[in-house]
Amino acid sequence: MMVVGASIAVLVTMAMAMARALLGPTVYDRVLAVNMFGTKTVLTIALIGFFTGRPEFLDLALAYGLLNFIGTIAVLKFFQFGSLGASGPHPGETESG
Amino acid sequence: MTQRPVARVAGLCLLWYAMWLLMSGHYTNLLLSLGAASVVGVALLVTRMLLPDREGAPFHIVPGLLFYLPWLVVEVFKSNLAVARVILSPRLPIRPRVVDFQGHQKTDLGRFIYANSITLTPGTITVRLDAEGFRIHALTGEALDGTEEGEMDRRVCRLEGAS
Amino acid sequence: MEMVLDYLSAALLLLGSFFVVIGGIGVLRMPDVFTRMHAAGLTDTMGSFFILTGLMLQAGISGVTLRLIMILGFLWFTSPVATHALAKAALHGKVEPIEHEDEEGH
Repeated sequence: MMVVGASIAVLVTMAMAMARALLGPTVYDRVLAVNMFGTKTVLTIALIGFFTGRPEFLDLALAYGLLNFIGTIAVLKFFQFGSLGASGPHPGETESG
Repeated sequence: MTQRPVARVAGLCLLWYAMWLLMSGHYTNLLLSLGAASVVGVALLVTRMLLPDREGAPFHIVPGLLFYLPWLVVEVFKSNLAVARVILSPRLPIRPRVVDFQGHQKTDLGRFIYANSITLTPGTITVRLDAEGFRIHALTGEALDGTEEGEMDRRVCRLEGAS
Repeated sequence: MEMVLDYLSAALLLLGSFFVVIGGIGVLRMPDVFTRMHAAGLTDTMGSFFILTGLMLQAGISGVTLRLIMILGFLWFTSPVATHALAKAALHGKVEPIEHEDEEGH
């Protein structure tokens, strides 16, 4: 029963994170909110798996956590360097991708 | 733990295969051999990337971690309560501050563990980490005092020294 | 014994929900991106810790608990790395943290 209560609490927090993502004001606030939304999604998937009696959902939660982390880092790297790694040709490279 | 890279890769392979067995839950010949093939593939890849060195596969700190992690969880709980109190008080009594200071770790791995422990503790965030030291952002004066007291610094030093 | 575990699990879930909601309120109330990171850290550390340990008590010793421990460990490893990357990117993007100067100086 408390599992349902915890799910509601996490969903309320996700709504608050979404509000922060919409309010901004800087792009970093939005990234912070989306990252938080993602980690709370992991918790929600785990909780839903428990109250529907399907613990296989935990594998999905794990995969979602991996994707969320890599996505956040990729977006931040993009904002910091303006690209995802192609920072000019390397000395040995002949053609650009 | 031994220093030879072959032993490190072998240890990692054992760990990965144990994880495959526990996560899959199916023990047919096909899946067991697919798992072994994946482990070998990943081992070749990380060896080519030169990852399994003393930092990439730090087996030597595992015994120390068993003592460090429970202490860290208690510290994180205490600072969580402090930050929760700040958030819930109507006037929002924050005093954010950015401070530079030095850690006493000798290895990059130790500095990495210390920086992450600082960030994991709510109330303090490592915003920069380089050869000159740490730059942390603290939410309140109390959170800053907790870090400057140096208990965590000493414990991480002991952790990296316990090889 | 079942009963005791159920109540303990419910208490942990309640505590986790508490920290998660407080963190959400903090993310809305705090004045700038650096202070908001502290509030988000609240939900990532103790929120996930208590909710996942509460679920572990319901699962008992099984593969489910192993997966929960992996999720918990993964969240605790990645949360500071993501926060640090965000702080570094925000500083690089010319976002100045609000600072409180007090009388005695520092």
